Amino acid sequence: MASTIRVRAISNGEVTEVQALIQHPMDTGLVKDAKGDLIPAHFIQQLTFEHNGRTVFLADWGPAVARDPYVKFSFKGAAKGDDLKIAWVDNTGATDTMMAKIQ
Amino acid sequence: MRVRLQSGLAALALAIFIQTASAADTPDPAADAKAFRDYFVKKFPKVKLEDFVNGPYSLNEDMRRQWEEKEQFPPYEFALEAGKEMFATPFRNGKTYADCFPNGGIGIRQNYPYFDEKEGKVVTLELALNRCREANGEAPYSYVKDEMASLTAYMAFTSRGKPMDIKVPNDPRALAAYENGKRYFYTRRGQLNFSCASCHVQSPGERIRAETLAPALGIMNALPIYRSEWSGMGTTSRRLVTCNSQTRAVPLDTQSDEYRDLEYFLSYMSNGLPISGPGARP
Amino acid sequence: MRILSNGWNMTLAAVLLIAGTMPARAASEADFKAAYAAAEAAEKEASALHNQWTTTEATLAAAKKSASAGNFDAALAAAKEAEALAKASIFQATSEKERWKNAVIR
Repeated sequence: MASTIRVRAISNGEVTEVQALIQHPMDTGLVKDAKGDLIPAHFIQQLTFEHNGRTVFLADWGPAVARDPYVKFSFKGAAKGDDLKIAWVDNTGATDTMMAKIQ
Repeated sequence: MRVRLQSGLAALALAIFIQTASAADTPDPAADAKAFRDYFVKKFPKVKLEDFVNGPYSLNEDMRRQWEEKEQFPPYEFALEAGKEMFATPFRNGKTYADCFPNGGIGIRQNYPYFDEKEGKVVTLELALNRCREANGEAPYSYVKDEMASLTAYMAFTSRGKPMDIKVPNDPRALAAYENGKRYFYTRRGQLNFSCASCHVQSPGERIRAETLAPALGIMNALPIYRSEWSGMGTTSRRLVTCNSQTRAVPLDTQSDEYRDLEYFLSYMSNGLPISGPGARP
Repeated sequence: MRILSNGWNMTLAAVLLIAGTMPARAASEADFKAAYAAAEAAEKEASALHNQWTTTEATLAAAKKSASAGNFDAALAAAKEAEALAKASIFQATSEKERWKNAVIR
């Protein structure tokens, strides 16, 4: 299955800028479907970005984050060609990970 | 002698009068389009003509900056990929969408809607897609849901940058359809008594509640759009329906004559401006 | 026989006054049905003109709901409001028939 994570990480030598788009319904659990039944809550609870075993970005999310979240941040200490590991876990226990090369 | 000359003159005067009257009544889409363009160019002299297709982003610096950032990772990406896959997947009978469209359906979005001379009606891209499905034994898609949005997103993408190229042939039925769309655009409706023009001609760049209004020029070029408000992709049909209900007007049936003609008129007004779809909006 | 005191006269006057300003009786189902039929007819005309308002539809639904709950006063009021809304939408459609031309960019 195709990854739910799209990521681009670009380093200018000193600072690495990371952008990621994650495909996830982020259902709040408060919305009803056409039949009137509640669509169960289904959202990412934790999102992490790791470089060389060090967590450079950690997000604790809840239902307030919108569908298909987009994240952008910068960090120092990485170089072109390094690996960046992205992982998320949602409230159902589902996960996805992706490795990206810093450009 | 004199009597005959007088009646001759009278007949000539009458003929001229009739001709002038009918000239005033005959629609002149090209003149309308020029006036339409000139209106917006004059209203927003700093905006480049082709930039009008970017809706509120052409009129608001801050929104534009955020949009340009997001375009590196556009929210419509998932729908676009889904649409590409759907387009390539054969129907149960082995045929594909490519078999229904000129050039295999690639790079043709800018020609829709068109006036079908055989049928005597306007055909939109969404309508053509569903007709393709039905002709090949498949159930039609809802005009307001994800599948149609994904398909049209892909087709728009293959036409990105191409100028809108709508034709209104010199056929009284086509001119009538064009005029019908124009009438719909300028007619006030709903309990809020707004016409499409009330927002998109009188007040582009201004706010309606928390939204910044797009100019009518180029408004069709970015569709289908990923709307953050919808948390998803929406078709042209969906936009027309929701615009109606937002003015407290009961929406018409999707792909009804008025909607098709409205899309025809508005697209023609934007002839020459590039296709920018699929788009992203707040 | 005791003569009615001032207090009683005032109360009686007050009761008669109130009775005069209220409807002689509460709305009946028949009243509601007549008003609803009128509202529906007007809404049908609006529909033929392709110019219905969502608020008209909502008010009609509210009228029906009140009626089925037996509250004919509320149902009657809603039916009358729905008729007014429907008529306003018809007026809008008929006046816009020519008026739209004034808005066209030339």
